[in-house]
Amino acid sequence: MTFLEVRGLVSGYDRGRVLHGIDLDLAAGGALGLLGRNGVGKSTLVMTLAGLVPVSEGTVRLDGEDLAGRRPDRIARAGVALVPQGRRVWAPLTVAEHLALASGRRRGTWTVDGVLDLLPRLAERRRHPAGRLSGGEQQMLAIARALLTNPRLVLLDEPSDGLAPAVVDQVAEVITTMRAEGVAVLLVEQDLHLAFAVADEIAVMDKGVLVHRVPTDDFRRDRATAQRLLGVA
Amino acid sequence: MLVSVLNGFAIGFLLFILAVGLSLVFGMMDVLNLAHGALFLGGAYLGAAFAGSWGGFLAALAVAAVAGLALGGLLSLMTEPLRNRSHLDQALLTLGVAFVAAEGLIIVFGDDPLSVPAPPGLDGSVTVLGATYPTYRLVLIGVGAVLALVVHVVVERTRIGALVRATVADREMVAALGVDNRLVKVVVFGVGSLLATTAGVLGGPIYGARPGLDATVLILALVVVVIGGLGSVRGALLGALIIGQVDTLGRLLLPELASFVLFAALALVLVLRPQGILGGVGARAR
Repeated sequence: MTFLEVRGLVSGYDRGRVLHGIDLDLAAGGALGLLGRNGVGKSTLVMTLAGLVPVSEGTVRLDGEDLAGRRPDRIARAGVALVPQGRRVWAPLTVAEHLALASGRRRGTWTVDGVLDLLPRLAERRRHPAGRLSGGEQQMLAIARALLTNPRLVLLDEPSDGLAPAVVDQVAEVITTMRAEGVAVLLVEQDLHLAFAVADEIAVMDKGVLVHRVPTDDFRRDRATAQRLLGVA
Repeated sequence: MLVSVLNGFAIGFLLFILAVGLSLVFGMMDVLNLAHGALFLGGAYLGAAFAGSWGGFLAALAVAAVAGLALGGLLSLMTEPLRNRSHLDQALLTLGVAFVAAEGLIIVFGDDPLSVPAPPGLDGSVTVLGATYPTYRLVLIGVGAVLALVVHVVVERTRIGALVRATVADREMVAALGVDNRLVKVVVFGVGSLLATTAGVLGGPIYGARPGLDATVLILALVVVVIGGLGSVRGALLGALIIGQVDTLGRLLLPELASFVLFAALALVLVLRPQGILGGVGARAR
């Protein structure tokens, strides 16, 4: 059954449109890896779905409810969580303050203790301001912040950016764990290994539209298509 | 000299109470509220109208608090349609409100300066280390210090304070958590305005109540905000205490150049640390 249904989504910034009619479906609990060259609109799609970039046209249905054009807090309360590009943790606030602000907003299985069990590094850093954490720790904090809202859909925008391979593996583990809890995942990535590790399907964006979508295993085998769409081997 | 230092503290704490709301609203929501000085003057006139007894003084504080809360909430709603416009548009709106408010106060209270007596019992003087000093100002230092401590604890140690600091740091991410930014803004605007009107009542016995006082204290508060750093409570406290001392020392040592000394301090901070002594907002992306 389709959980997230995006139809004809057009959006952009003051200086021009970036998305030119996105159609996208995601099943409940599904995981889609979204690839594409720089500047094709992947981040804009994520920010539009989160309500942080205004929608010009189109619909975004979550479980049948149209969220297009709603305020970001309204979309979050409907169960959409964002792990944005660049993490965007609140630098002066401690880890504990991040977790306290995020928790208790929606009913669900994730609690502060549960998240700290999953991410023990954060437990050690509870009293530290987020601005003093390493990039990997900040990424874990951004994911923890999203999980604690007990979302039905998590939007992750390049969570591997700037992280060491071992830390990227940890990110993959956390995403796998949240999927096991039934959370749907839309993952924008440049890191093919991470996308392949967690996504059932791979979609490719180009110039503001989706141009290709196949099961992950097919995409891995079809090197010629990957080369043509992404310019990678 | 001792009198000047004490005066500096009295004015410094008063400036902190005035400036902290301005700083948080500007740092959080990018709204520069130029009507903040008018709120202070409104409080001072309330103090003048009710002056003469403890009952009157406390009544003035209570009315000022309620009126400040309500007017701050109203200002927050008025600036909401300009949310995505430039600082200039918002400044023009709040400046217009400030002009209307100042004219309204002149219509009600006249344009003669009013002096505001301190409440009975505090209108005398005490001897501090051999110097004679007005009792009211000494009490004001204590009350200001307590208020500063309360604001600090609320902002730095409570959940609602964490929400305010998170909103200063990155308000989109607060919205993406499910929090309505407009609600946070109304509350902070209301409480900040409450502090401004309260500071007006408390400052009445020092500054009196007169047309033009609104602009004078607004400029002092803006200097405090710029020196301390936007959206930082500790910065506002530090900036207010520095400006309190600089202003009173300047008046004592270089009476003709007092306002130059004030702005020289501002210029010095802007050259050495443009984001303010404790400011971090400038580091925010985009």
